[in-house]
Amino acid sequence: MSARQSGGAIRVLMRRALNEITRVPGAAIPGVLAPSIFFLGLTSVFGSLTLLPGFDTQSYQSFLIPVSLMQGAAFTGAATGVNLARDIEQGWFDRLLASPAPRPVLLAGLVLSASFRALIPATFLLIVAFAIGAEWPGFGGLALALLIVMGMAIVAATWGTSLAMRFKSQSAAPLMQAGMFLAVLLTTAYAPLELLQGWLQEIARINPVTQVIEAARQGFIGEDVTWAGTWPGLLALAGLAVLFTWMALRAMRRMTA
Amino acid sequence: MSGRLAANARVVAALGARSVRQTLRRPQLAAPLIIFPTLLLAIQTGGAGGAVDLPGFPEVNGFLDFMLAGAMVQSCLLAGNSGGIALALDIEMGFTDRLFAAPVSRYSVVLGRLAGTTVLGAFTAVWFIAIGLISGATIEEGVLGAIWIIALVAATALAFGSIGAAIALRTNSASVVQGLFPLVFVILFLSSAFFPANLMLEPAASVAEYNPLSFIVEGLREPILSSFDGEDELLALGSVLALMAFGLWMCALALKGRVRRGA
Repeated sequence: MSARQSGGAIRVLMRRALNEITRVPGAAIPGVLAPSIFFLGLTSVFGSLTLLPGFDTQSYQSFLIPVSLMQGAAFTGAATGVNLARDIEQGWFDRLLASPAPRPVLLAGLVLSASFRALIPATFLLIVAFAIGAEWPGFGGLALALLIVMGMAIVAATWGTSLAMRFKSQSAAPLMQAGMFLAVLLTTAYAPLELLQGWLQEIARINPVTQVIEAARQGFIGEDVTWAGTWPGLLALAGLAVLFTWMALRAMRRMTA
Repeated sequence: MSGRLAANARVVAALGARSVRQTLRRPQLAAPLIIFPTLLLAIQTGGAGGAVDLPGFPEVNGFLDFMLAGAMVQSCLLAGNSGGIALALDIEMGFTDRLFAAPVSRYSVVLGRLAGTTVLGAFTAVWFIAIGLISGATIEEGVLGAIWIIALVAATALAFGSIGAAIALRTNSASVVQGLFPLVFVILFLSSAFFPANLMLEPAASVAEYNPLSFIVEGLREPILSSFDGEDELLALGSVLALMAFGLWMCALALKGRVRRGA
Protein backbone atom coordinates (compact mmCIF):
# COMPACT_ATOMS: atom_id res chain seq x y z
CA MET A 1 0.00 0.00 0.00
CA SER A 2 1.47 3.35 -1.03
CA ALA A 3 1.73 6.34 1.29
CA ARG A 4 -1.03 8.05 -0.69
CA GLN A 5 -3.33 5.05 -0.36
CA SER A 6 -2.54 4.83 3.37
CA GLY A 7 -3.40 8.51 3.78
CA GLY A 8 -6.67 7.93 1.96
CA ALA A 9 -7.53 4.97 4.20
CA ILE A 10 -6.78 7.03 7.33
CA ARG A 11 -9.00 9.86 6.05
CA VAL A 12 -11.89 7.46 5.37
CA LEU A 13 -11.61 5.87 8.82
CA MET A 14 -11.45 9.30 10.47
CA ARG A 15 -14.47 10.41 8.47
CA ARG A 16 -16.40 7.32 9.59
CA ALA A 17 -15.59 7.99 13.27
CA LEU A 18 -16.46 11.68 12.92
CA ASN A 19 -19.76 10.79 11.22
CA GLU A 20 -21.04 9.75 14.63
CA ILE A 21 -21.03 13.39 15.71
CA THR A 22 -23.36 14.47 12.90
CA ARG A 23 -25.51 11.34 12.92
CA VAL A 24 -25.72 10.77 16.69
CA PRO A 25 -25.13 14.20 18.26
CA GLY A 26 -26.25 12.84 21.65
CA ALA A 27 -23.21 10.56 21.74
CA ALA A 28 -20.96 13.58 22.32
CA ILE A 29 -22.97 14.84 25.30
CA PRO A 30 -21.45 12.63 28.07
CA GLY A 31 -17.92 13.62 27.01
CA VAL A 32 -18.91 17.29 27.25
CA LEU A 33 -21.19 17.10 30.28
CA ALA A 34 -19.04 15.12 32.72
CA PRO A 35 -15.93 17.37 32.63
CA SER A 36 -18.12 20.49 32.63
CA ILE A 37 -20.02 19.39 35.76
CA PHE A 38 -16.75 18.51 37.47
CA PHE A 39 -15.23 21.84 36.45
CA LEU A 40 -18.14 23.94 37.70
CA GLY A 41 -18.58 21.80 40.83
CA LEU A 42 -14.93 21.66 41.85
CA THR A 43 -14.35 25.37 41.31
CA SER A 44 -17.39 26.16 43.48
CA VAL A 45 -16.37 23.73 46.20
CA PHE A 46 -12.59 24.14 46.34
CA GLY A 47 -12.31 27.72 45.06
CA SER A 48 -11.04 29.00 48.43
CA LEU A 49 -7.94 26.81 48.19
CA THR A 50 -6.24 29.64 46.30
CA LEU A 51 -6.07 31.51 49.63
CA LEU A 52 -3.46 29.00 50.79
CA PRO A 53 0.14 30.23 50.56
CA GLY A 54 1.91 28.48 47.67
CA PHE A 55 -0.87 28.72 45.09
CA ASP A 56 0.32 30.13 41.76
CA THR A 57 -2.93 31.99 41.01
CA GLN A 58 -5.86 33.66 42.75
CA SER A 59 -8.30 32.12 40.27
CA TYR A 60 -9.15 28.47 40.89
CA GLN A 61 -11.01 28.44 37.56
CA SER A 62 -7.72 29.22 35.82
CA PHE A 63 -5.89 26.60 37.87
CA LEU A 64 -8.45 23.88 37.20
CA ILE A 65 -9.36 24.43 33.55
CA PRO A 66 -6.34 22.52 32.14
CA VAL A 67 -7.36 19.51 34.29
CA SER A 68 -10.91 19.61 32.94
CA LEU A 69 -9.58 19.95 29.38
CA MET A 70 -7.51 16.80 29.93
CA GLN A 71 -10.54 15.02 31.43
CA GLY A 72 -12.60 15.90 28.36
CA ALA A 73 -9.83 14.65 26.07
CA ALA A 74 -9.41 11.49 28.14
CA PHE A 75 -13.14 10.68 28.09
CA THR A 76 -13.32 11.30 24.34
CA GLY A 77 -10.27 9.13 23.71
CA ALA A 78 -11.59 6.35 25.93
CA ALA A 79 -14.89 6.51 24.01
CA THR A 80 -12.93 5.57 20.89
CA GLY A 81 -11.97 2.36 22.65
CA VAL A 82 -15.62 1.68 23.56
CA ASN A 83 -16.69 2.29 19.93
CA LEU A 84 -13.98 -0.07 18.70
CA ALA A 85 -15.14 -2.74 21.18
CA ARG A 86 -18.65 -2.35 19.71
CA ASP A 87 -17.23 -2.75 16.17
CA ILE A 88 -15.35 -5.87 17.29
CA GLU A 89 -18.51 -7.34 18.87
CA GLN A 90 -20.50 -6.66 15.71
CA GLY A 91 -17.82 -8.15 13.44
CA TRP A 92 -17.13 -4.94 11.53
CA PHE A 93 -13.52 -4.72 12.69
CA ASP A 94 -12.83 -8.29 11.44
CA ARG A 95 -13.70 -7.09 7.96
CA LEU A 96 -11.25 -4.20 8.35
CA LEU A 97 -8.51 -6.60 9.46
CA ALA A 98 -9.17 -8.69 6.34
CA SER A 99 -8.59 -5.63 4.12
CA PRO A 100 -5.14 -4.92 2.60
CA ALA A 101 -4.73 -1.81 4.82
CA PRO A 102 -1.68 -2.09 7.12
CA ARG A 103 -2.54 -2.33 10.83
CA PRO A 104 -0.86 0.97 11.81
CA VAL A 105 -3.11 2.68 9.23
CA LEU A 106 -6.22 1.20 10.85
CA LEU A 107 -5.06 2.37 14.28
CA ALA A 108 -4.10 5.82 13.00
CA GLY A 109 -7.59 6.37 11.57
CA LEU A 110 -9.16 5.58 14.94
CA VAL A 111 -6.89 7.64 17.17
CA LEU A 112 -6.59 10.68 14.92
CA SER A 113 -10.37 11.00 14.81
CA ALA A 114 -10.33 11.07 18.63
CA SER A 115 -7.83 13.94 18.60
CA PHE A 116 -10.22 16.09 16.54
CA ARG A 117 -13.35 15.03 18.45
CA ALA A 118 -11.65 16.09 21.70
CA LEU A 119 -11.83 19.69 20.49
CA ILE A 120 -15.62 19.64 21.03
CA PRO A 121 -15.58 19.28 24.84
CA ALA A 122 -12.50 21.52 24.95
CA THR A 123 -14.30 24.34 23.14
CA PHE A 124 -17.37 24.02 25.37
CA LEU A 125 -15.24 23.93 28.53
CA LEU A 126 -13.23 26.97 27.48
CA ILE A 127 -16.40 28.97 26.82
CA VAL A 128 -17.74 28.03 30.27
CA ALA A 129 -14.39 28.77 31.93
CA PHE A 130 -13.97 32.21 30.37
CA ALA A 131 -17.61 33.01 31.20
CA ILE A 132 -17.01 32.36 34.91
CA GLY A 133 -13.72 34.19 35.15
CA ALA A 134 -10.82 32.03 33.98
CA GLU A 135 -7.87 34.12 32.82
CA TRP A 136 -7.19 34.51 29.08
CA PRO A 137 -4.03 32.47 28.44
CA GLY A 138 -2.98 34.41 25.35
CA PHE A 139 -3.07 32.97 21.84
CA GLY A 140 0.13 31.03 22.43
CA GLY A 141 -1.13 29.54 25.68
CA LEU A 142 -4.48 28.65 24.13
CA ALA A 143 -2.89 27.04 21.07
CA LEU A 144 -0.56 25.01 23.29
CA ALA A 145 -3.46 23.89 25.50
CA LEU A 146 -5.47 22.74 22.45
CA LEU A 147 -2.44 20.94 21.02
CA ILE A 148 -2.02 19.13 24.33
CA VAL A 149 -5.75 18.30 24.38
CA MET A 150 -5.34 16.61 20.98
CA GLY A 151 -2.26 14.76 22.18
CA MET A 152 -4.01 13.59 25.34
CA ALA A 153 -6.93 12.32 23.25
CA ILE A 154 -4.46 10.28 21.16
CA VAL A 155 -2.96 8.81 24.34
CA ALA A 156 -6.42 7.94 25.72
CA ALA A 157 -7.55 6.53 22.37
CA THR A 158 -4.51 4.26 22.03
CA TRP A 159 -5.04 3.13 25.64
CA GLY A 160 -8.75 2.48 24.94
CA THR A 161 -8.17 0.66 21.65
CA SER A 162 -5.46 -1.55 23.18
CA LEU A 163 -7.95 -2.63 25.88
CA ALA A 164 -10.77 -3.03 23.34
CA MET A 165 -8.63 -5.40 21.27
CA ARG A 166 -7.45 -7.22 24.38
CA PHE A 167 -10.95 -7.79 25.89
CA LYS A 168 -13.03 -7.60 22.66
CA SER A 169 -16.03 -6.44 24.70
CA GLN A 170 -17.73 -3.17 25.60
CA SER A 171 -17.79 -4.39 29.20
CA ALA A 172 -14.15 -3.21 29.38
CA ALA A 173 -15.43 0.38 29.09
CA PRO A 174 -15.13 1.18 32.84
CA LEU A 175 -11.47 0.09 32.72
CA MET A 176 -10.79 2.39 29.76
CA GLN A 177 -12.46 5.36 31.49
CA ALA A 178 -11.21 4.68 35.03
CA GLY A 179 -7.60 4.33 33.87
CA MET A 180 -7.68 7.78 32.27
CA PHE A 181 -9.70 9.29 35.13
CA LEU A 182 -7.03 8.20 37.60
CA ALA A 183 -4.14 9.25 35.36
CA VAL A 184 -5.53 12.80 35.23
CA LEU A 185 -6.51 13.14 38.89
CA LEU A 186 -3.38 11.59 40.43
CA THR A 187 -1.49 14.74 39.47
CA THR A 188 -1.39 18.36 40.56
CA ALA A 189 -5.08 18.50 39.59
CA TYR A 190 -6.37 20.04 42.83
CA ALA A 191 -3.35 21.95 44.13
CA PRO A 192 0.32 22.66 43.36
CA LEU A 193 2.75 19.82 44.12
CA GLU A 194 4.02 21.39 47.37
CA LEU A 195 0.48 21.52 48.78
CA LEU A 196 -0.45 17.90 48.02
CA GLN A 197 -0.54 15.49 50.95
CA GLY A 198 2.04 12.68 51.42
CA TRP A 199 1.26 9.75 49.11
CA LEU A 200 -0.46 11.84 46.43
CA GLN A 201 2.54 14.15 46.24
CA GLU A 202 4.83 11.16 45.60
CA ILE A 203 2.54 9.72 42.90
CA ALA A 204 2.01 13.12 41.24
CA ARG A 205 5.78 13.63 41.16
CA ILE A 206 6.33 10.47 39.07
CA ASN A 207 3.06 10.54 37.09
CA PRO A 208 3.93 11.78 33.56
CA VAL A 209 0.46 13.34 33.19
CA THR A 210 1.50 15.90 35.85
CA GLN A 211 3.98 17.31 33.29
CA VAL A 212 1.23 17.38 30.67
CA ILE A 213 -1.10 19.37 32.94
CA GLU A 214 1.65 21.74 34.06
CA ALA A 215 2.52 22.48 30.42
CA ALA A 216 -1.13 23.20 29.54
CA ARG A 217 -1.55 25.30 32.71
CA GLN A 218 1.24 27.83 31.99
CA GLY A 219 -0.77 30.45 30.12
CA PHE A 220 -3.88 30.14 32.27
CA ILE A 221 -2.15 30.98 35.54
CA GLY A 222 -0.51 34.08 34.13
CA GLU A 223 2.94 32.58 33.50
CA ASP A 224 4.82 33.08 30.25
CA VAL A 225 4.58 30.06 27.98
CA THR A 226 8.17 28.88 27.73
CA TRP A 227 9.91 25.99 26.03
CA ALA A 228 11.31 24.93 29.40
CA GLY A 229 7.79 24.65 30.77
CA THR A 230 6.47 22.95 27.66
CA TRP A 231 8.90 20.24 26.55
CA PRO A 232 8.47 17.93 29.59
CA GLY A 233 4.72 17.79 28.88
CA LEU A 234 5.21 17.13 25.18
CA LEU A 235 7.81 14.47 25.94
CA ALA A 236 5.44 12.79 28.42
CA LEU A 237 2.65 12.79 25.83
CA ALA A 238 4.94 11.36 23.17
CA GLY A 239 6.21 8.67 25.54
CA LEU A 240 2.70 7.62 26.58
CA ALA A 241 1.49 7.64 22.97
CA VAL A 242 4.40 5.43 21.85
CA LEU A 243 3.85 2.99 24.74
CA PHE A 244 0.08 2.64 24.19
CA THR A 245 0.44 2.50 20.39
CA TRP A 246 2.87 -0.39 20.82
CA MET A 247 0.35 -2.10 23.14
CA ALA A 248 -2.49 -1.53 20.67
CA LEU A 249 -0.53 -2.83 17.67
CA ARG A 250 0.56 -5.86 19.69
CA ALA A 251 -3.06 -6.56 20.65
CA MET A 252 -4.09 -6.16 17.00
CA ARG A 253 -1.43 -8.64 15.87
CA ARG A 254 -2.67 -11.12 18.50
CA MET A 255 -6.22 -10.77 17.19
CA THR A 256 -5.14 -12.11 13.82
CA ALA A 257 -2.49 -14.56 15.03
CA MET B 1 -54.07 -11.11 57.96
CA SER B 2 -50.85 -11.93 59.80
CA GLY B 3 -50.29 -14.80 57.35
CA ARG B 4 -50.44 -12.38 54.41
CA LEU B 5 -48.08 -10.02 56.20
CA ALA B 6 -45.62 -12.86 56.81
CA ALA B 7 -45.83 -13.91 53.14
CA ASN B 8 -45.11 -10.35 51.99
CA ALA B 9 -42.24 -10.08 54.50
CA ARG B 10 -40.74 -13.25 53.00
CA VAL B 11 -41.04 -11.72 49.51
CA VAL B 12 -39.31 -8.53 50.68
CA ALA B 13 -36.52 -10.55 52.31
CA ALA B 14 -36.02 -12.82 49.28
CA LEU B 15 -36.01 -9.95 46.78
CA GLY B 16 -33.77 -7.90 49.07
CA ALA B 17 -31.24 -10.76 49.21
CA ARG B 18 -31.45 -11.12 45.41
CA SER B 19 -30.86 -7.39 45.00
CA VAL B 20 -27.71 -7.51 47.17
CA ARG B 21 -26.37 -10.59 45.32
CA GLN B 22 -27.13 -8.99 41.95
CA THR B 23 -25.23 -5.81 42.86
CA LEU B 24 -22.21 -7.69 44.19
CA ARG B 25 -22.09 -9.93 41.10
CA ARG B 26 -22.26 -7.10 38.56
CA PRO B 27 -19.17 -4.89 38.72
CA GLN B 28 -20.96 -2.09 36.84
CA LEU B 29 -23.48 -1.87 39.72
CA ALA B 30 -21.04 -2.45 42.61
CA ALA B 31 -18.21 -0.18 41.42
CA PRO B 32 -20.09 3.13 41.80
CA LEU B 33 -21.00 2.25 45.40
CA ILE B 34 -17.54 1.50 46.71
CA ILE B 35 -14.70 1.96 44.23
CA PHE B 36 -15.60 5.36 42.79
CA PRO B 37 -16.34 7.13 46.12
CA THR B 38 -13.25 5.54 47.72
CA LEU B 39 -10.98 6.74 44.90
CA LEU B 40 -12.47 10.21 45.00
CA LEU B 41 -12.14 10.28 48.80
CA ALA B 42 -8.46 9.36 48.54
CA ILE B 43 -7.72 11.84 45.75
CA GLN B 44 -9.63 14.74 47.31
CA THR B 45 -8.13 14.11 50.74
CA GLY B 46 -4.64 14.05 49.25
CA GLY B 47 -5.28 16.92 46.84
CA ALA B 48 -7.20 19.39 48.97
CA GLY B 49 -5.94 18.35 52.41
CA GLY B 50 -4.25 21.71 52.92
CA ALA B 51 -7.72 23.24 53.23
CA VAL B 52 -7.73 22.58 56.98
CA ASP B 53 -5.36 25.56 57.33
CA LEU B 54 -7.87 27.96 55.77
CA PRO B 55 -9.36 30.54 58.13
CA GLY B 56 -12.94 29.51 58.93
CA PHE B 57 -12.36 25.77 58.43
CA PRO B 58 -13.87 23.79 61.34
CA GLU B 59 -11.56 22.28 63.93
CA VAL B 60 -10.67 18.77 62.70
CA ASN B 61 -8.02 16.13 63.38
CA GLY B 62 -7.46 15.84 59.64
CA PHE B 63 -9.15 16.46 56.29
CA LEU B 64 -10.04 12.77 56.03
CA ASP B 65 -12.23 13.06 59.14
CA PHE B 66 -14.09 15.89 57.44
CA MET B 67 -14.44 14.09 54.09
CA LEU B 68 -15.73 10.73 55.38
CA ALA B 69 -19.36 11.89 55.67
CA GLY B 70 -19.28 13.25 52.11
CA ALA B 71 -17.99 9.95 50.74
CA MET B 72 -20.76 8.04 52.54
CA VAL B 73 -23.49 10.31 51.18
CA GLN B 74 -21.99 10.11 47.70
CA SER B 75 -22.11 6.33 47.97
CA CYS B 76 -25.79 6.51 49.07
CA LEU B 77 -26.72 8.65 46.08
CA LEU B 78 -24.94 6.26 43.74
CA ALA B 79 -26.56 3.28 45.50
CA GLY B 80 -29.95 4.85 44.79
CA ASN B 81 -28.99 5.36 41.15
CA SER B 82 -27.60 1.80 40.82
CA GLY B 83 -30.73 0.34 42.47
CA GLY B 84 -32.90 2.27 40.03
CA ILE B 85 -30.86 0.99 37.07
CA ALA B 86 -31.12 -2.61 38.34
CA LEU B 87 -34.91 -2.29 38.77
CA ALA B 88 -35.26 -0.76 35.30
CA LEU B 89 -33.22 -3.65 33.84
CA ASP B 90 -35.57 -6.10 35.59
CA ILE B 91 -38.53 -4.26 34.05
CA GLU B 92 -36.92 -4.25 30.57
CA MET B 93 -36.24 -8.00 30.81
CA GLY B 94 -39.81 -8.75 31.95
CA PHE B 95 -38.77 -10.09 35.37
CA THR B 96 -40.76 -7.44 37.26
CA ASP B 97 -43.88 -8.14 35.18
CA ARG B 98 -43.72 -11.80 36.20
CA LEU B 99 -43.44 -10.75 39.86
CA PHE B 100 -46.38 -8.35 39.47
CA ALA B 101 -48.44 -11.23 38.06
CA ALA B 102 -47.72 -13.30 41.20
CA PRO B 103 -50.15 -13.26 44.15
CA VAL B 104 -48.04 -10.83 46.21
CA SER B 105 -48.40 -7.12 46.82
CA ARG B 106 -46.73 -4.91 44.20
CA TYR B 107 -45.45 -2.76 47.05
CA SER B 108 -43.59 -5.79 48.45
CA VAL B 109 -41.81 -6.23 45.13
CA VAL B 110 -40.56 -2.62 45.23
CA LEU B 111 -39.82 -2.78 48.96
CA GLY B 112 -37.69 -5.88 48.30
CA ARG B 113 -35.48 -3.85 45.96
CA LEU B 114 -35.30 -1.05 48.53
CA ALA B 115 -34.42 -3.49 51.32
CA GLY B 116 -31.42 -4.54 49.23
CA THR B 117 -30.38 -0.90 48.73
CA THR B 118 -30.68 -0.31 52.50
CA VAL B 119 -28.41 -3.27 53.28
CA LEU B 120 -25.89 -2.04 50.69
CA GLY B 121 -26.04 1.42 52.29
CA ALA B 122 -25.22 -0.06 55.71
CA PHE B 123 -22.38 -2.03 54.11
CA THR B 124 -20.86 1.11 52.54
CA ALA B 125 -21.07 2.90 55.92
CA VAL B 126 -19.12 0.06 57.55
CA TRP B 127 -16.63 0.16 54.65
CA PHE B 128 -15.96 3.89 54.98
CA ILE B 129 -15.74 3.73 58.77
CA ALA B 130 -13.19 0.92 58.42
CA ILE B 131 -11.24 2.77 55.70
CA GLY B 132 -11.28 5.92 57.81
CA LEU B 133 -10.11 4.24 61.00
CA ILE B 134 -7.35 2.34 59.18
CA SER B 135 -6.18 5.60 57.55
CA GLY B 136 -6.00 7.47 60.83
CA ALA B 137 -9.41 9.11 61.20
CA THR B 138 -11.21 9.05 64.53
CA ILE B 139 -14.88 8.92 65.45
CA GLU B 140 -15.08 11.22 68.44
CA GLU B 141 -18.48 9.93 69.55
CA GLY B 142 -17.13 6.36 69.68
CA VAL B 143 -19.15 3.18 69.14
CA LEU B 144 -22.48 4.95 69.63
CA GLY B 145 -21.49 7.45 66.94
CA ALA B 146 -20.52 4.62 64.56
CA ILE B 147 -23.89 2.92 65.10
CA TRP B 148 -25.71 6.21 64.43
CA ILE B 149 -23.67 6.71 61.23
CA ILE B 150 -24.46 3.19 59.94
CA ALA B 151 -28.18 3.61 60.67
CA LEU B 152 -28.39 7.07 59.10
CA VAL B 153 -26.43 6.01 55.98
CA ALA B 154 -28.70 2.95 55.58
CA ALA B 155 -31.80 5.16 55.88
CA THR B 156 -30.31 7.66 53.41
CA ALA B 157 -29.64 4.86 50.91
CA LEU B 158 -33.27 3.76 51.31
CA ALA B 159 -34.46 7.34 50.70
CA PHE B 160 -32.39 7.80 47.53
CA GLY B 161 -33.18 4.22 46.47
CA SER B 162 -36.90 5.00 46.61
CA ILE B 163 -36.41 8.02 44.33
CA GLY B 164 -34.35 5.88 41.90
CA ALA B 165 -37.02 3.14 41.99
CA ALA B 166 -39.80 5.67 41.33
CA ILE B 167 -37.96 6.94 38.23
CA ALA B 168 -37.39 3.36 37.05
CA LEU B 169 -41.07 2.47 37.54
CA ARG B 170 -42.17 5.64 35.77
CA THR B 171 -39.81 5.41 32.77
CA ASN B 172 -39.20 1.62 32.45
CA SER B 173 -35.79 2.51 31.01
CA ALA B 174 -32.35 1.72 32.44
CA SER B 175 -30.70 4.26 30.16
CA VAL B 176 -32.92 7.06 31.48
CA VAL B 177 -32.01 6.21 35.10
CA GLN B 178 -28.34 5.88 34.10
CA GLY B 179 -28.58 9.30 32.44
CA LEU B 180 -29.27 10.81 35.87
CA PHE B 181 -25.75 9.85 36.99
CA PRO B 182 -24.29 13.35 36.36
CA LEU B 183 -27.14 14.84 38.39
CA VAL B 184 -25.78 12.99 41.44
CA PHE B 185 -22.64 15.09 41.22
CA VAL B 186 -24.53 18.32 40.68
CA ILE B 187 -26.46 17.67 43.92
CA LEU B 188 -23.24 16.71 45.72
CA PHE B 189 -21.29 19.76 44.58
CA LEU B 190 -24.17 22.00 45.70
CA SER B 191 -23.96 20.67 49.26
CA SER B 192 -21.42 20.75 52.07
CA ALA B 193 -20.42 17.14 51.28
CA PHE B 194 -16.85 18.03 50.28
CA PHE B 195 -16.21 21.42 51.88
CA PRO B 196 -17.68 23.70 54.56
CA ALA B 197 -20.49 25.77 53.02
CA ASN B 198 -19.01 29.01 54.48
CA LEU B 199 -15.84 28.49 52.41
CA MET B 200 -17.54 27.59 49.14
CA LEU B 201 -17.96 30.12 46.34
CA GLU B 202 -21.30 31.71 45.49
CA PRO B 203 -23.89 30.72 44.34
CA ALA B 204 -23.02 27.16 45.43
CA ALA B 205 -22.48 28.33 49.03
CA SER B 206 -26.03 29.71 49.33
CA VAL B 207 -27.58 26.62 47.73
CA ALA B 208 -25.55 24.37 50.05
CA GLU B 209 -26.96 26.20 53.11
CA TYR B 210 -30.48 24.95 52.28
CA ASN B 211 -29.73 21.69 50.42
CA PRO B 212 -31.23 18.79 52.44
CA LEU B 213 -28.14 16.79 51.52
CA SER B 214 -26.06 19.25 53.55
CA PHE B 215 -28.25 18.56 56.61
CA ILE B 216 -27.71 14.81 56.18
CA VAL B 217 -23.95 15.28 55.74
CA GLU B 218 -23.72 17.45 58.86
CA GLY B 219 -25.68 14.84 60.83
CA LEU B 220 -23.12 12.23 59.81
CA ARG B 221 -20.14 14.53 60.29
CA GLU B 222 -21.02 15.69 63.79
CA PRO B 223 -20.26 12.40 65.64
CA ILE B 224 -17.01 12.02 63.64
CA LEU B 225 -15.66 15.50 64.42
CA SER B 226 -17.06 16.13 67.91
CA SER B 227 -20.07 14.74 69.76
CA PHE B 228 -23.83 14.55 69.37
CA ASP B 229 -25.41 17.98 69.73
CA GLY B 230 -29.00 16.96 68.95
CA GLU B 231 -29.83 19.74 66.49
CA ASP B 232 -27.71 18.48 63.58
CA GLU B 233 -28.90 14.91 64.15
CA LEU B 234 -32.56 15.97 64.20
CA LEU B 235 -32.17 18.00 61.02
CA ALA B 236 -30.45 15.04 59.32
CA LEU B 237 -33.15 12.62 60.42
CA GLY B 238 -35.90 15.00 59.34
CA SER B 239 -34.29 15.44 55.89
CA VAL B 240 -33.89 11.69 55.41
CA LEU B 241 -37.50 11.02 56.45
CA ALA B 242 -38.80 13.77 54.18
CA LEU B 243 -36.82 12.41 51.19
CA MET B 244 -37.93 8.87 52.02
CA ALA B 245 -41.61 9.90 52.24
CA PHE B 246 -41.29 11.74 48.91
CA GLY B 247 -39.59 8.76 47.22
CA LEU B 248 -42.09 6.20 48.54
CA TRP B 249 -45.01 8.43 47.58
CA MET B 250 -43.57 8.71 44.04
CA CYS B 251 -43.17 4.91 43.94
CA ALA B 252 -46.80 4.45 45.01
CA LEU B 253 -47.97 6.88 42.32
CA ALA B 254 -45.86 5.12 39.69
CA LEU B 255 -47.25 1.71 40.72
CA LYS B 256 -50.83 3.03 40.56
CA GLY B 257 -50.06 4.50 37.13
CA ARG B 258 -48.84 1.09 35.93
CA VAL B 259 -52.06 -0.53 37.15
CA ARG B 260 -54.12 2.12 35.33
CA ARG B 261 -52.14 1.56 32.13
CA GLY B 262 -52.50 -2.21 32.58
CA ALA B 263 -48.73 -2.66 32.76
